[in-house]
Amino acid sequence: MKFLSALTIALSLVPLSARAQGKLNVITTTEDLASIAREVAGDRASIESLARGYQDPHYVEPKPSFILKLQKADVLVGVGRELELGWLPPLIQQSRNGRIQPGADGYLDASLHAEILEVPQGQITRAMGDVHPLGNPHYWLDPENGKRIAKDEAEKFAQLRPNDRAYFEQRLADFTTRLDAAQKRWLGMMAPYRGTKVVTYHRSFPNFARRFGLDIMGYVEPRPGIPPTPQHTLDLINEMKRQNVKLILVEPYFDLKTPNSIARATGGLVLVMPPSVGGVKDVTDYFKLFDYDIDLLINAIKKTTTSTGP
Amino acid sequence: MRSMRVVCASAVAAGLLMTGSPAAAQDAQALRQEIDQLRRDFETLKQQYGDRLTALEAKLAVAQGTPPAQPGAAQPTAPVPPGAEGAGGPTGALPVYGGAVSGSKVFNPDIAVIGDFLGAVGKNDLHPDPFGPGPFPSALQMHESEASFQAVVDPYARGDFFMSFGQEGVELEEGYVTFTSLPGGLLTKVGKIRGAFGKVNAMHNHVLPWTDRPLVTNNLVGGEDGISDAAISVARLIPNPWLFLEATGQVFRGDAGPEDQPLFRAAKRSDLSYVGHLRGYHDITENSNLDFGFSYAHGHNTSGEADIVERGRFTTSLSGVDATFRWRPLQRSIYHSFVGRTEWIWSRRDQPNGLQSGSGLYVSGDYQFARRWFAGARLDRSNRADDALLVDTGGSVVLTFWPSEFSQVRGQFRRTNYADAPSANEFLFQFQFSIGAHGAHPF
Repeated sequence: MKFLSALTIALSLVPLSARAQGKLNVITTTEDLASIAREVAGDRASIESLARGYQDPHYVEPKPSFILKLQKADVLVGVGRELELGWLPPLIQQSRNGRIQPGADGYLDASLHAEILEVPQGQITRAMGDVHPLGNPHYWLDPENGKRIAKDEAEKFAQLRPNDRAYFEQRLADFTTRLDAAQKRWLGMMAPYRGTKVVTYHRSFPNFARRFGLDIMGYVEPRPGIPPTPQHTLDLINEMKRQNVKLILVEPYFDLKTPNSIARATGGLVLVMPPSVGGVKDVTDYFKLFDYDIDLLINAIKKTTTSTGP
Repeated sequence: MRSMRVVCASAVAAGLLMTGSPAAAQDAQALRQEIDQLRRDFETLKQQYGDRLTALEAKLAVAQGTPPAQPGAAQPTAPVPPGAEGAGGPTGALPVYGGAVSGSKVFNPDIAVIGDFLGAVGKNDLHPDPFGPGPFPSALQMHESEASFQAVVDPYARGDFFMSFGQEGVELEEGYVTFTSLPGGLLTKVGKIRGAFGKVNAMHNHVLPWTDRPLVTNNLVGGEDGISDAAISVARLIPNPWLFLEATGQVFRGDAGPEDQPLFRAAKRSDLSYVGHLRGYHDITENSNLDFGFSYAHGHNTSGEADIVERGRFTTSLSGVDATFRWRPLQRSIYHSFVGRTEWIWSRRDQPNGLQSGSGLYVSGDYQFARRWFAGARLDRSNRADDALLVDTGGSVVLTFWPSEFSQVRGQFRRTNYADAPSANEFLFQFQFSIGAHGAHPF
C-alpha cells in the first residue's frame, strides 16, 4: 500500500518536475529540423518530428494524433516557405496551444536566415505548376543552411529556457565546428566530380547541387508537382543523350517507373537519394544524410564513368 | 522729291546711330549683366524649388509608409506582420509591388475561389435538379463558386469566410472567428458554421468524394444546406492515454435545411437547435487509421405550421454514428490510398400525425489507384423524414481525375430507387477548379 501511494506520488510528480526543470517539448515538421534540434538541445529537450523522412513533405496528412502532439508542444519548428502549407495550418489552429501559434514565442520558421534559392522573379502563375512563391523550401540540404537553422533553434530554445542558454550555445558551437569539419571533408570528396550533370525528379536538390557542384540539367517532373508526361520524358531523354547525362536522382517517395525507363533509354542510373533524415533506414541524423548522399553519388559517378568512359 | 526724303531719313538714321553708339555699348553691357543676374537668380530659384520638391516627395512617401525611392535600390520588401505567418499566411519578406499603396496589402486575407460546375444526363421525375431538392431542372449548372477569405485576426483569433455564389444568389456558406488559445483547451468558433453532425454535413461541396450528397443527407439532414447556421461552437479534447477524443457542443439559431423543406425552423427566439459530437481517432499503424464519431442534433420542425394555423410545437431529433477508415502508405502517399466511410443516421420527427422514426445510411469507398486517379462506389438507403414508411435506395460509382492539385474532373453514375416515383438512372459529371491561395488539404 505504501509502495503504491509512493508510486502514485512519484508518477504524478514526473510531469510537474519535467516542466519545472524546464525540459522543452519540441515538435518539428520534418526529421531534418528534429535532427538539428537534437544536436543543439541535447538532453534538455524532447524532440519529435511530425512527418517521416521517407514521406513527401508537401503532402502530409493532418492527422488528429498530430493535434495531441502539438497541444503539448513548447516549440514548433517548421521548414516554412510554404512547404507545409497544405497541412500544418489546420493542425496549429486546432492545437489549442497559444504558445505555438504563428507569431507567438514558441513558433519558429527555420527558413528566416537560411539562404533560399529559386525565389521566383516577376509574375508567377500556377501554369508553372506548384511553384513556391517564397523560394525553394528544400534549403536544408546545404550544411551552411544547417548551421543557420541550428543557430535559430539554439536562440529560440535559449529564449524559452534562459537558464540553459550557455548549454545551448556551447552545443551550437560544437555542432558548428563538427559540421564545418564534415563539410570540408564532403567538399573534398566531391571536388573531383564538380560539374557532374544530373537529372532530379522534383526540385528538391538545388541547395545541395550548388554546394557540392552538381549541375542539374533537368527534371523528371515537367513542372513542380505535375507528374511526368510522355512528351516531356521523351524530350528529357533526348537532352540527356545529347549532354551525356547519366544520373537520375529520385526522392524516396516518388514512383520509379518513369525514372527507370529514362535510365534504360539513356544507359543511365537511377539513384534513390533521400533529401531528408530518415529518408532511408541508415540515414539517422543530419551528418549521415550528407554521408549517405555523397557516397551514393560518388559510387554512381564512378560506375557510370567506368562503364561509358574511354 | 522722293529721293530727297530717302536721303534725309538715312541721314537722320545715320546720325542717330552715330550719336547712339558709345551709349549703346554701355547699355548692352549692363543688359548682359542684368541677364546674367537674372539667370543666376533663376538657377538659385530652380535649385530651391527642386530641393523643396524632393523634400516634399520624401515627406509624402514617409507619410504613405514607404521609404523614398533611391536610385539603384533593390525591390523594397516588407516583413510579414507577426501573426500572419504560417497558418495559411505568408512567411519571410514580402515584396512590395507598386510602392506606396501596397504597404497595406500584406494584411489582406488569403483569397481563393473554387468553381464547381455540374452536369447531369438522364431522367429524374422526382428531383429534376439532380444535386438536391432545388427547383432547377437544369442539365448544366455552375452550381457554386466559393470564395474564401482567411487570415489571422490578432494574436488570439483567426477569421474564415466562405461565400458561396450559387444559382440562387450569394450566400455566406460559413463565416466565423476561431479563438485559438483559450484557457482550458477550448477551441471556440463563433459565426455561421456548418454543424459538426457526422462527416458529410460539415463538408463543403468541393471536398465531397462524390458529385452529390448521399440520400440520407438529403432525406434526413437537410441536404446541401444541412445544419448550417449562426452558432457558437465549443470543442474540447478529452485527455486520455489511448486515443484522440474531442467533444464538440454547438448552439444554433434554430434554422437548418433548405427554405422550402426545412429540417429545423425557429418560430421563437428560444427555438434554438443543438448539435453535440464526440469524435474519436486512432492511428492503427503509421499507414492506417480509424476515425469515428457519435452525433446528436435537436431542433424545432415546421410540421405544426400547416395552413398558417399553428397546431402545436413539434421537434426533430437526429442521432448518428460515423466511421472512416483511411489507408495511405506513407512512402507512396501521393500514389495510393483508400478511404472507406459510413454514416448511420436515425431521425425522430414529431408531427401532428404522430412520431416518424426513420433511419438511413450510406457506405462508401474510394481507392486512389494512380497519382491522379480515384475510383469509388457508394451505397445509399434512407427513409423519408416526414414519412418513415417510404424508403429510397440507391447506388453510385465514381471516377475522379485530378489534372493537378488545383483542378478535378469527376464522373458519377447514380441509380436511385424512389419509394414513390420511378427509379432514376443518371450520369452526373463535375468540373472543379480553384484559383488563388493554396488551401489546406482536406482530411
